[in-house]
Amino acid sequence: MALALIRLLPWRQPKPHHLFPFSLNPTKTHFLFHLRHCQASTSSPKTLILTQDERSNGSLSAEREAIVGSGTIAAIVTSLGGGPAAVGIVRLSGPTAVAVAGQVFRPVKRVKEEGGCVAWRPKSHFVEYGYVLDNDGNVIDEVLAVPMLAPRSYTREDVVELQCHGNDVCLHRVLRACLEAGATLADPGEFTLRAFLNGRLDLSQAENIARLISAKSAAAADSALAGIQGGFSSLVKSLRIQCIELLTELEARLDFEDELPPLCFPSLIDKIRVMQHDLQDALDTANYDKLLQSGLQIAIIGRPNVGKSSLLNAWSKSERAIVTEIAGTTRDVVEANVSIHGIPATLLDTAGIRETDDIVEKIGVKRSEAAALAADVIIMAISAVDGWSEEDAKLIEHIMTSQKSANQAMTAPMILVINKDDCKPKDLLISFEEICSGLFKKVVRTCALTGAGISELEKAVLEVRGLEPISSAGRKWTVNQRQFEQLLRTQEAFVRLHTSIEEQLPMDFWTIDLREAALALGQISGDDISEEVLTSIFSKFCIGK
Amino acid sequence: MASATPRLLSFLFTPLRLTYPIHAIRTSHRSRTLSFLSFNLRRPNGRLRTVSSFASNGTNGMERMGQKDEERYDVIVVGGGHAGCEAALASARLGARTLLLTLNLDRIAWQPCNPAVGGPAKSQLVHEVDALGGEIGKMADRCYLQKRVLNLSKGPAVRALRAQTDKREYAMEMKKVVESNSNLFIREAMVTEVLIGKNDNIQGVRTFFGMDFFAPSVVLTTGTFMSGKIWVGRASMPAGRAGESASLGLTENLQSLGFETDRLKTGTPARVDCRSVDFSGLEPQYGDEEVSWFSFDPECHIEREQMCCYLTRTTSETHKLIRDNLNETPTYGGWVDAKGPRYCPSIEDKIVRFRDKESHQIFLEPEGRTVPELYVQGFSTGLPERLQLALLRTLPGLENCVMLRPAYAVEYDFLPAYQCSRSLMTKKIEGLFFSGQINGTTGYEEAAAQGIISGINAARHSEGKPVIVLERESSYIGTLIDDLVTKDLREPYRMLTSRSEHRLLLRADNADSRLTPLGREIGLIDDRRWDLYQSKQLRIKEEKERLKNVRVSGGEFAAEVATVSGQPVRDHTTLESILKKPHVQYKLLDKHGFGNENLSKCEKDCVEIDIKYAGFIMRQQSHLQQIVNQEHKRLPEDLDYYSMTTLSHESREKLSKVRPQTIGQASRIGGVSPADITALLIWVESNRRKANQRTQQELLRSGATDNHMAASSPTDSVVQATAI
Repeated sequence: MALALIRLLPWRQPKPHHLFPFSLNPTKTHFLFHLRHCQASTSSPKTLILTQDERSNGSLSAEREAIVGSGTIAAIVTSLGGGPAAVGIVRLSGPTAVAVAGQVFRPVKRVKEEGGCVAWRPKSHFVEYGYVLDNDGNVIDEVLAVPMLAPRSYTREDVVELQCHGNDVCLHRVLRACLEAGATLADPGEFTLRAFLNGRLDLSQAENIARLISAKSAAAADSALAGIQGGFSSLVKSLRIQCIELLTELEARLDFEDELPPLCFPSLIDKIRVMQHDLQDALDTANYDKLLQSGLQIAIIGRPNVGKSSLLNAWSKSERAIVTEIAGTTRDVVEANVSIHGIPATLLDTAGIRETDDIVEKIGVKRSEAAALAADVIIMAISAVDGWSEEDAKLIEHIMTSQKSANQAMTAPMILVINKDDCKPKDLLISFEEICSGLFKKVVRTCALTGAGISELEKAVLEVRGLEPISSAGRKWTVNQRQFEQLLRTQEAFVRLHTSIEEQLPMDFWTIDLREAALALGQISGDDISEEVLTSIFSKFCIGK
Repeated sequence: MASATPRLLSFLFTPLRLTYPIHAIRTSHRSRTLSFLSFNLRRPNGRLRTVSSFASNGTNGMERMGQKDEERYDVIVVGGGHAGCEAALASARLGARTLLLTLNLDRIAWQPCNPAVGGPAKSQLVHEVDALGGEIGKMADRCYLQKRVLNLSKGPAVRALRAQTDKREYAMEMKKVVESNSNLFIREAMVTEVLIGKNDNIQGVRTFFGMDFFAPSVVLTTGTFMSGKIWVGRASMPAGRAGESASLGLTENLQSLGFETDRLKTGTPARVDCRSVDFSGLEPQYGDEEVSWFSFDPECHIEREQMCCYLTRTTSETHKLIRDNLNETPTYGGWVDAKGPRYCPSIEDKIVRFRDKESHQIFLEPEGRTVPELYVQGFSTGLPERLQLALLRTLPGLENCVMLRPAYAVEYDFLPAYQCSRSLMTKKIEGLFFSGQINGTTGYEEAAAQGIISGINAARHSEGKPVIVLERESSYIGTLIDDLVTKDLREPYRMLTSRSEHRLLLRADNADSRLTPLGREIGLIDDRRWDLYQSKQLRIKEEKERLKNVRVSGGEFAAEVATVSGQPVRDHTTLESILKKPHVQYKLLDKHGFGNENLSKCEKDCVEIDIKYAGFIMRQQSHLQQIVNQEHKRLPEDLDYYSMTTLSHESREKLSKVRPQTIGQASRIGGVSPADITALLIWVESNRRKANQRTQQELLRSGATDNHMAASSPTDSVVQATAI
């Protein structure tokens, strides 16, 4: 009888929790403390272990079910760096894989239904076509999403594979979006490891995996070490030390209340602000890396017939755009690729923006505005012949407002180009340079016909994007995916810390996110924060009764 | 109590019995499963003590005692301090015939140092022990001289209650409780040996005067007594505390069994006569007007008159006197090198290490209502007695003070607790438990926390029941024990809130909802307490429901909420969302008649915390959930770490020493890297599968010989169920 029972039961239960309904308390069937019995082991007795709080409400435990497991991982699983492949795959695995994918992936049909807020509920092993969007809702790539729900997947967890275009930049951006949505970057061999730990793969493979993991993690550690030398490492280290210092100040007050002088909150908040700023800088650097990979988008806008197309042609040394004397020749966005001191850039020549009744031109104007919104740098062209006109002012105002309404966190820097420089007396120029110096980061004079001023323009572009070709000390390190994730988690923690402070939550709540920030920053070294903070407290403060 | 317990137990364990076999099948190897099954089949009556079987047990012991020169018990607790009392009481309350051996009956639950209970993190420990059905909280509530809530504005998780206690009253009250339990026998004795059976299991203890006491479980709570030596200046004598003899011989006995021992040091300041102190110039420190309580049992909530503490400071004279005589102190003179706690540095340590600080705070705390003694907190010293009075007299207010007892330091043996598993049973000797300062902790609260766990487990072990382990994230008790047995600590360990990774979940207010169900299941929470607990939880739940549904619009209330929080109040806002606003407390609801009169203050606090910090609490919980599954993976006890070539050499050594019980524990050992943990996981998984394959084959083979298997396994199972 007993033996029959054994055979009937599945060998391995994914969730070893057992709710223990308490007969004394019939109203609460979700009784909370779990009797956990030890998993397979040779000589351990059953132990009663408690991990629950009865007061946490029922809805929570329902939610808990979804988060069981050890996090969701993501990685590019197709080979990188080789020749361009047709397809590349980003794989997500873990309990929240579907939720993460749901945040970045929009199935095409859903877009039409305008149901972005509905959680994505994929059917296992059914391919869906759609787009991957970034945080701001911009389309990164069109992809096929292949959901493989637990346990019918490689890792026996929920797995979602996003099949993207096989371009490295694309893949990295998709991966980044996944990380931003809450996945963590997979360690080398982690998918296979999970597959193995969850009961897949043959036993004979275990040893190979072990060898693979230890070799790879050694290699990863090496490369991580290599990565943390130089600028990035010193930044992370100093941020981490500052976190620990702040924690020391706070924790000392919590554990030894009556023995310490009160805390100076303004200076503390100042410190936090400075750290947040440093962090933002570092993330900007990460974005700089992104720029290096994906290239700059430079939109040339302006009223009709100021020479935008000529500028594009002169810059790209081609006859890419049609140039005529007729205002409104360019109806659509014309692209041309150039390389600015080694950085790939795409020039976008746009239709001249003006009020028009022409249907075709109207669409062109709309597209011009869209191009301007998505660009990394906006070049506003005016003609030296006409000088700064009312329409120019209106146009720029229009662009600014639409930027604001698009809710972009960072507006692209703008450069004013005064074209047809050869055709105008100089005296007039000075005045409108003054007028619009607040709007534009740079003013460059060019002559599209002769090509004069183009190299100045290139320099200006690099300058406004902070991409000086001359490396200023300590700013030239690159941030890899793992480091990016580290910074991202730290920043998230800081944002939450900021809200805690603003909402005037008690001090203890500050420590939660500071700890998390310190943890995220220390991930490479994996130190024990509690011990470090304590040591710091005892060395810094005179404590004891 | 004694008569209630068995009934309670039988009731409680009925559902348990039904669930065990299923758990066992799901989670352990099949071979084990079989033994568990047969174990359960064999013992259903054995694990349920009825009143009659219990009584007959007692008579058996008496008979044997008459025949031979020995006594038999279920559990022996050595030491009557804060760990010993909790252990003995827990064990006796669970129905085990328990013997408490102590060197001096008049010093039961003595507070040799600070006459206080609680403080940050320590108060959480007290609440938790109380929630499990322990005694320390009730005692502190009954014998307080003053109570204060610390960290009031710093967050619900770090809020801490601290009580000054009447140390004589405390000891007497505890003695009464200990004496009044019919399962608990007390005897003055000095234990010099533990008696070991053939299978490295404990059999009992031998005393200095030649008595043997026998029991299948023994809890050692030797405090500072094992080879204790006290120091005043250069003079020293063997003693556990001033005026009490040390316990000699046990250290050597334990060493001969293969235990590692080491030495720790702590100290206590001088006591002065309060009638000789001029309080007029000192800053008084009063207790809270609204008194808070450690115990969740309202029966203990009896308010009493409070006494006042005073604050004074060291002066430049104090500092000069110490600097001039540094070589007269043990640490700086160099004749004691045991490590003292960082949390209680001597005054000379403070002055040497923090040279720049001109003055240090010193608290004067009364030791009781009927004694003139004042405890000079923050002023422990190793200076010789002839200098101590002069030193005390440099403090403002103490210019003419009379010293009643000199400050002294004490050195004692402890057993680094990596030698225990998380049940506090030693890994070497089955049935031997360690608790309190013997494990390297300091503090009454830490001792009590370990005491109750070892008492529970000693009783369960003697009954053949599985032992109990509190996971790290379940409680401060769990965190404390996990730290002790995992980290190779070489300085006295004090509980601090920063030691807990998820302290927001381990608050004082929810200690009962975290632990009382467990206490109930173990059998330490009686029907009255359980009813109180359940109705409290129900009231809290209903109140949260009510706040979610009641909406308010405008009026004085909304206006005041807007001023207090600095946020506008929309019409038809629920009381719940009002309570979520910054600075809005439940009190404000009460003030405007929106509160619930049926709730006690502490229930209102619970409601407020649950609602106000719901987001944070939820986030922490989901965090925890993410790590818990992996962390709780069990590691076999008999792993040969040295043979695991995928581990680094350092971690092979460390892991072999600590022998962690779970993956989480392994990861907390210093020097064990994440890569090592991965390697361990792989190793465990492949072993599990190998064993799985083996048992499957065995099962196939032995399918026909069911009976044979069932008959052969019980002997195994007893060992497995008891050895940890």
